[in-house]
Amino acid sequence: MRLIFALFTGLVFGVGIAISGMMNPAKVFNFFDLTGTWDPSLAFVMGGAVIITFIGYRLVWRRNAPLFGGGFQIPNNSSIDARLVGGSAIFGIGWGIAGFCPGAAIPALGTGRWEVVLFLAAVTAGFYARRLLTPIQQTTKAA
Amino acid sequence: METLFTPFASLGGGALIGLGAVLLMLGLGRILGATGIMSGLVFAENSSEFSWRATMVVGMILSPGLIFLVTGQMPELSVPVSPLMIAIGGVIVGFGASLGSGCTSGHGVCGLSRLSVRSIVAVPTFMVTATITVYLIRHVFGA
Repeated sequence: MRLIFALFTGLVFGVGIAISGMMNPAKVFNFFDLTGTWDPSLAFVMGGAVIITFIGYRLVWRRNAPLFGGGFQIPNNSSIDARLVGGSAIFGIGWGIAGFCPGAAIPALGTGRWEVVLFLAAVTAGFYARRLLTPIQQTTKAA
Repeated sequence: METLFTPFASLGGGALIGLGAVLLMLGLGRILGATGIMSGLVFAENSSEFSWRATMVVGMILSPGLIFLVTGQMPELSVPVSPLMIAIGGVIVGFGASLGSGCTSGHGVCGLSRLSVRSIVAVPTFMVTATITVYLIRHVFGA
């Protein structure tokens, strides 16, 4: 049941990504291209997602535990450090170059486009590079 | 290349993305971050941590097919950049998201909804660097 639930959750998320326009790099570039062919659509994606999540999380947290047990695993790290700021800045540069982010690219695999495979292979290489260059980091799974 | 402004599809898609995040918290008590899910698959520590991520990813990958079944069309995906840019951007995305402990889904959707201080710093950081990157590539280097 836990796995069927996870499958369904992935499907809901993926359909949302597909409908929203997030998996279309042309739209992502235009969202950031304020002085060019600007398309503000993706602000609505973030708006819709945050409103639902903000409310939904608070309803869910009234429960003592998740449906399938294990407790709520919520990051409690609140330190603003160089890794957070530097890593986020680097991530944004990559997003601006490629036009895909991981959450959009995983569902986009289902379109069968080779560009998506290339992107996700490159992201995986980036994970390995980060592990090699900064190996001491604790796995703070903030996200 | 212009893209259509799609406020309703983007808002609705965003709401489904949020619903996916809420469902994952409800069922498994986890933050829905694509970087965490991907790196959890690549660097899996045990099989139960691997299995829910894997089935969730399968659900995500099935979503464009579901959309095709319902609407008769695959989600729009056009890539206006070269394979080299996708590869370079992908490595940078993987490195940065891993270092900064999150990307658009983890810090953006889930972190902002939790009012996480780290995410409130991370999101504007990557939005600004992505905007600068797109500006430089499109309007300074003229690619």
